[in-house]
Amino acid sequence: MDNFFWNNLAQFQDSVALMEESKEITYAQLDKMAREISSHMKERSLVFCICKNTIGAVAGYVGFLQKRIVPVMLSHTIDRTLYENLVNIYKPQFIWCPNDFADNLPLYEKENYKLIETGTQEPAMDEELAVMLTTSGSTGSPKFVRQTYINIQSNTEAIVEYLGIIPEDRAITTLPMNYTYGLSIVQSHLMAGARLVLTEKSFFDRGFWDFFKESQATTFGAVPYTYQMLDKLRFLQMDLPSLRYITQAGGRLGEELHYKFGLGMRQKGKALVVMYGATEATARMSYVPADKAVEKAGSIGIAIPGGHFELIDVDGSVIHEPDQVGELVYYGPNVTLGYAESREDLNKGDERKGRLETGDMAKRDKDGFYYVVGRKKRFLKIYGNRVNLVEVEDLFSKEGFETACVGEDDHMLIYTTSNESDKLVEFISSKTGLNRTAFSVKHIDEIPHNESGKVLYSQLPVN
Amino acid sequence: MTNLEKYNQAFCETFQLENPDFDALQYMGIEQWDSVGHMSLVAALEDAFDIMMDTDDIIDFSSYAKGKEILKKYEVEI
Repeated sequence: MDNFFWNNLAQFQDSVALMEESKEITYAQLDKMAREISSHMKERSLVFCICKNTIGAVAGYVGFLQKRIVPVMLSHTIDRTLYENLVNIYKPQFIWCPNDFADNLPLYEKENYKLIETGTQEPAMDEELAVMLTTSGSTGSPKFVRQTYINIQSNTEAIVEYLGIIPEDRAITTLPMNYTYGLSIVQSHLMAGARLVLTEKSFFDRGFWDFFKESQATTFGAVPYTYQMLDKLRFLQMDLPSLRYITQAGGRLGEELHYKFGLGMRQKGKALVVMYGATEATARMSYVPADKAVEKAGSIGIAIPGGHFELIDVDGSVIHEPDQVGELVYYGPNVTLGYAESREDLNKGDERKGRLETGDMAKRDKDGFYYVVGRKKRFLKIYGNRVNLVEVEDLFSKEGFETACVGEDDHMLIYTTSNESDKLVEFISSKTGLNRTAFSVKHIDEIPHNESGKVLYSQLPVN
Repeated sequence: MTNLEKYNQAFCETFQLENPDFDALQYMGIEQWDSVGHMSLVAALEDAFDIMMDTDDIIDFSSYAKGKEILKKYEVEI
């Protein structure tokens, strides 16, 4: 289709598309670069795209979309054992990676990125399949979400519309591109003809704030944990004249911080937009309009344009009354095809048909605003990453540790029969790439099980 | 406990270190001292010395040695 935004980037001509600390690239240049990169691959190739917030990564990604090459989006900091495992499972034909990521001789090089050809054959892939993104990438499972071209186009259109992104916007990167939220910021700003300010630096780097001011950034996104960092940095007292609004996703911000930042931003004549989503819904499902940030603090808001929610009670019927808790189900063109766990799965078709069971328990107030109140499934959000507790227990089990993992967002509590608590923390921290402070270990003599061998989480000792 | 002991303890507990080479510790120098670790360290130091650090000081707190200088501003002599 000609109206996919990635095919029309050249229309923005000499507007700056991408900015690094010492370099700027216009839309015309980006379009040309993207086409040059993809010219070395055939349509419907499978490529591992090793992401870093740089010109090379963005240009590569755009080129893949344009030529219908399917990228598997991975972080440049990925654990090497996990990476090798993924290469063995998916057998990509190409790797597009930073020059220093691998020693292999490149087929082609551009912007400190190189293209490596592996010599494998092209896999059978569903025609609609556009991009593969991890959900719980942090636990290293080979599970990816299969997103289509229509998923990306429709969700990006909705985001541009409800956030009101304008060509004058300049989004500074604060999240990785292999993470759905980070990628949605890249996509929505390209669609709007706005500017991406690319950096790998964090809020705790002076260089980040220097570049923020120099580039006159107008917006960025952050996850709950980074809002705590911003709070610690007294962000609301900072003088950032170019800033227009900030967004939040990647887990529950909590009513207190939602209110504090909503009010603080409003008092400065700026805005906070809290959003809710999932990789399985491409990126976004709902948002709290900025003018409701204070009044509806703690809410996940209303469905995005083109989508809608339903709440389903335990009997499977739809809840119509306000303030009743049920499972949150989302409908929209951004609901993805399903998961892939192997190379064969790339050829699977649509398993969801536009309907996504979120696994979150929620209620709706009388004004139609939704509130997440709990979870149906066993996972935690740690620093914005969904971490599946079952997968973590499996990882431990393969290492010979018997564990039962519980906890709250940003903090996992690992019950274990092992005495090597340091080893457990070191292992899981390196596998997930999450800081050790996210994990604590409690030794117990025995993990309580029922007769069929299921762990009785309710009988674990209270910490 | 002396201020130095408190200061060292904050690093050891936050980053789960035993007898480290303190003077070599710097932001992004070890795996544990990333942005998440940095926030935990600042929180631990604020608790230990009952202070509230300014934005610039949190950002400039780039090493064990630099931190000692910064804490002087808050009348914490190490």
